Amino acid sequence: MPQLELSRITRTFALGKAKVRALTNVNVSIAAGEYVAIMGPSGSGKSTLLNLLGLLDRPDTGRYRLEGRDVTTLSSDELAAVRRERIGFVFQSFHLVPRLTAAENIALPLVLEGVAQAERERRVAEALARVGLTDRAGHKPDELSGGQRQRIAIARAIVMRPAMLLADEPTGNLDRHTGADVTELLESLNDAGTTLIVVTHDPLMGRRARRRLIMVDGVLSDDGGAPSRLS
Amino acid sequence: MTAADTLRFAARAALGYRRRAVLLVLAVAIGVAAVVALTALGDGVRRYVMHQFESIGSNLVFVMPGRTETGGLSLGSVVTNTPRDLTLDDAAAIARAPLVLRAAPVVVGMSEAAANGRLRETHIVGTTSSIADILHFQVAQGRFLPADDWKRPGTAAVIGETVRKELFDAESGIGQMIRIGDRRLRVVGVIKATGQGLIGNIDEMVVVPAATAMALFNTNSLFRIAVEARERGAVAATKTQIETLMRARHGGELDVTLITQDALLATFDSVLGALTLAVAGIAAISLAVAGILVMNVMLVAVAQRTAEVGLLKALGASGSDVVRVFLAEAALLSTVGAVFGYGLGQLAAWGIRVALPTLPAWPPLWAVAAALALALASGLAFGTLPARHAAALDPVVALARH
Repeated sequence: MPQLELSRITRTFALGKAKVRALTNVNVSIAAGEYVAIMGPSGSGKSTLLNLLGLLDRPDTGRYRLEGRDVTTLSSDELAAVRRERIGFVFQSFHLVPRLTAAENIALPLVLEGVAQAERERRVAEALARVGLTDRAGHKPDELSGGQRQRIAIARAIVMRPAMLLADEPTGNLDRHTGADVTELLESLNDAGTTLIVVTHDPLMGRRARRRLIMVDGVLSDDGGAPSRLS
Repeated sequence: MTAADTLRFAARAALGYRRRAVLLVLAVAIGVAAVVALTALGDGVRRYVMHQFESIGSNLVFVMPGRTETGGLSLGSVVTNTPRDLTLDDAAAIARAPLVLRAAPVVVGMSEAAANGRLRETHIVGTTSSIADILHFQVAQGRFLPADDWKRPGTAAVIGETVRKELFDAESGIGQMIRIGDRRLRVVGVIKATGQGLIGNIDEMVVVPAATAMALFNTNSLFRIAVEARERGAVAATKTQIETLMRARHGGELDVTLITQDALLATFDSVLGALTLAVAGIAAISLAVAGILVMNVMLVAVAQRTAEVGLLKALGASGSDVVRVFLAEAALLSTVGAVFGYGLGQLAAWGIRVALPTLPAWPPLWAVAAALALALASGLAFGTLPARHAAALDPVVALARH
């Protein structure tokens, strides 16, 4: 059973009076533990696809099964619960809360889940160690470099031990060197079993992915390395 | 999200935007302080007045000519509907009633008083010596009116402190002649300055024998008869006795109105209480305005933190989590404002007490409780709209904002 399964997904946005089709008849299935890069030119619908996969957005038509469960009919609070427990997000602009320390930012999902204080501290420390920033726990985001901020954001994404990591241009705001570090960190998490789906412009990162989904004008034009095709 | 975490998150958010938080706290504080200080003032006035009245004693009954309420049908009401005069004989009869300790007729009017080459328009009170005991007048110098025959015009006059000062400056004026209208009287005493009393400002009065005043104003009717009952508990029985007496004396018709001091006190109490309430209501408007500001500030907060709301949603916050976070922030800031305003209001009340030592300007408990509750309620009520607005944000759109 695939972890994620999109069938005949369509998503249309109303832009003023005009209707823009961001996704047309998209069919994808992704197995647990895969490393997938979603690529394509700007406006091709790759971010919309990632938002749909991350349950931040709903399709107009089609069906999305996540771990065998049809999630297209869930209420927004039920979707929030699934996001909290199964999905970790990494954003291009980090999205750290500026007034909270690194450790507090990482703890946010645990706070939302209502995890007890002692357990929370233990898991934050674990996540900090995993991204190699234990000594930065008490720092505010503006006291950290871009690469460190993204590592903190990754620590926050993995602190709930999600089944999948969704990253939207995770290296887009970083220089080449720190970008490579972040890429390696994400890949090491993938090696440990977490599904990794990355939207990227970076051809280097695209090449490293074991599977590439190429989007053009809202249509999935190429699915290079789908397990079904490989087999 | 647990309640403690929600509160902590909200507190961090409030502290993260200092200027916004200070403005909101200030707005709520001013509202609460206004309620506390103004009700302290209003209730202080009420207590002051009540104290003044109570210090006179509460076993007083006032008899006034005329009937202010409709009685039953009697021969008198068929024959005549003009009330009879209230006479000195009526007053004397009441004074002899068994349950009555003392009674004094009261005639009032304006006349000019001249002495020492000065002339002044002043209040004249015609009464008898027993009024001093009934209304607790204290004589500062000299003595009060002599206990003569009520019906004979006398020549003694007792003056209030203000009148003395204006006519005689530093001198006591005792033994001096004073001309009231066309009569020449001799000043025998000065009443101790007490300010406002039951029958007006005593300091600005000249007290003369009742018969003298009646002749002066050419009247046969008294303005009032002040009666002191023998016992405080027997005021109602005394009232009935006087009514019976007056009905007998006035041809079977009760054409006088009796007011007990308790009734008077109750009226003053309710009037001044209503005044305090009105003042509190006006002050509460500022709380409502503060509530609007809470809404405005929280809407700005949501706008500022749109990306953060998107993040919280992406991390799995439910709609109600987001609502609670923003509501908690509004409630927290309102509470801090309310506590701060309470302190400010108490400080202002203290200032009033220092400036006016005779005024017991303590804010009433109900006003303080209402102000604090209202501040919190308006914070929550006006915070709801922004919080719901935040919860309704589309996470994708919210995350795209910076």
